[in-house]
Amino acid sequence: MADLYTVNKSPFEKNSLKDAIRFSGEGASILLIEDGVYGAVSGTAAEGLVTGASGKKFYALRSDVKARGIAEDRLIDGVELVDYAGFVDLVESTDKVQAWL
Amino acid sequence: MSDVKKFMYLNRRAPYGAIYAWESLEVVLIGAAFDQEVSLMFVDDGVYQLVKGSDTSESDMKNFMPTYRTLGDYGVRHMFVDKASLEARGLTQDDLIEVAWEDWETEEEVDNIVELVETDQAAQLLSDSDVVFSF
Repeated sequence: MADLYTVNKSPFEKNSLKDAIRFSGEGASILLIEDGVYGAVSGTAAEGLVTGASGKKFYALRSDVKARGIAEDRLIDGVELVDYAGFVDLVESTDKVQAWL
Repeated sequence: MSDVKKFMYLNRRAPYGAIYAWESLEVVLIGAAFDQEVSLMFVDDGVYQLVKGSDTSESDMKNFMPTYRTLGDYGVRHMFVDKASLEARGLTQDDLIEVAWEDWETEEEVDNIVELVETDQAAQLLSDSDVVFSF
């Protein structure tokens, strides 16, 4: 099993997503929450962070995506939306949580 | 009136992850009551403050997007958006809210005061302002 990485900062403002990807291993789950969800949007200057990462699974918290007016069809292919219960499931099914702020 | 000053509010943060956007909005609303020339500038993640379609029903947060639409009624005359910041985020003007403005005395109307500007224009606008408030 591998860890769950949460990222809550915009990829345009901080390196949190870039570093979480860089320091996470094969099979890691990366959950984008709060302003971190901007990293899940396609067609941006930051989309390469997610599209270029291999061997990792990306998730985004639905309530934070909706609050920011991001339409689901604008998310990068392969990013899975989860609700709060899905967040809990991820915590439960991984070894531990690493929060990248 | 010679004592009218040009106030510029510079917004560079996304709307919900931190309190800056909300605080800026509060200060703009207060400042607008003093009959100054008020403009807003949105740069970097600040452009996300104007993206339409915000739905906070699942987040337990107040959706303060509707407040931006009323800024024209409070005397805010210009809302400038840095085009480069918008493009870097895969957004266009169609993704942004529209804000109408009307001068009650002269009945002059503007349908939408949200305006994209190039970086050098933005630099000039900031330079021409008497006061710049940063959020």
